[in-house]
Amino acid sequence: MKFADFVCFEATIAELNSGDRDGVIAELVAALSRTGRLRKTDCTDIVKAIIKREQEGSTGMGKGIAVPHIKHASVKQVVAAVGKSKIGIDFSALDKQPVFSIILLVSPADNPDRHLQAMEKVFRHLQQERFRKFIRQAQTAEQIEDLLNEADDNPSLL
Amino acid sequence: MEKVVCQTEVEIKNADGLHMRPAMQFVDIANRFDCDITVSNTENTVDGKSIMQMSMLAATCGTKLHIKAEGPDAGEAVEALRELVEDKMFDEPPPGQKKG
Repeated sequence: MKFADFVCFEATIAELNSGDRDGVIAELVAALSRTGRLRKTDCTDIVKAIIKREQEGSTGMGKGIAVPHIKHASVKQVVAAVGKSKIGIDFSALDKQPVFSIILLVSPADNPDRHLQAMEKVFRHLQQERFRKFIRQAQTAEQIEDLLNEADDNPSLL
Repeated sequence: MEKVVCQTEVEIKNADGLHMRPAMQFVDIANRFDCDITVSNTENTVDGKSIMQMSMLAATCGTKLHIKAEGPDAGEAVEALRELVEDKMFDEPPPGQKKG
């Protein structure tokens, strides 16, 4: 699976406004809804579900990254949005450090395999220090799109 | 010192597969042991104590994984992890038995 198959580049937020976890989640879900990937009427429910999932166990994996996600019956395909924070967000991350790069995913409720394939793609790259550094340094939505496209074209390099 | 190596093959049996929550459970148990633990599918071998690497396996239901432990407590580690994957199924339902 490629980033381009599930990441909605138009929903990228290069500079998140919110300074807290729940606000960031709401911002990214709203961005996905603006692009039409999520129905507006489902947003409140999706935001609540993602926050509940975070409360059960943080998706802040450490090294400045968080991957909040949920399975939701309203989507037929995995959709994702990338957000960046300048100030750093408290995600109750495993390493207790603030989070600067957030990849939020909404996956279909009835297709666990697709969800796993998207997560595999995300983590394959996130575990590369170089990729984490590049995404941390990206300052515009275009730079993030370029980075993810490059990761799709040359998965072994990033 | 004698080097103990212990390995086994396990099959993912819960419907949702090795998503992040099961991966966390796996890593939690793996980290209770002193031995080195690696987990392999047909393509990759990863560190069984790293959540980022374990998430990368993205093992779907039915996938077979090879668990290998090296160190004094390797036997116990492999057995605890096998139990988590195959007997407890990460406290999740198998296919066809979706909860609520």
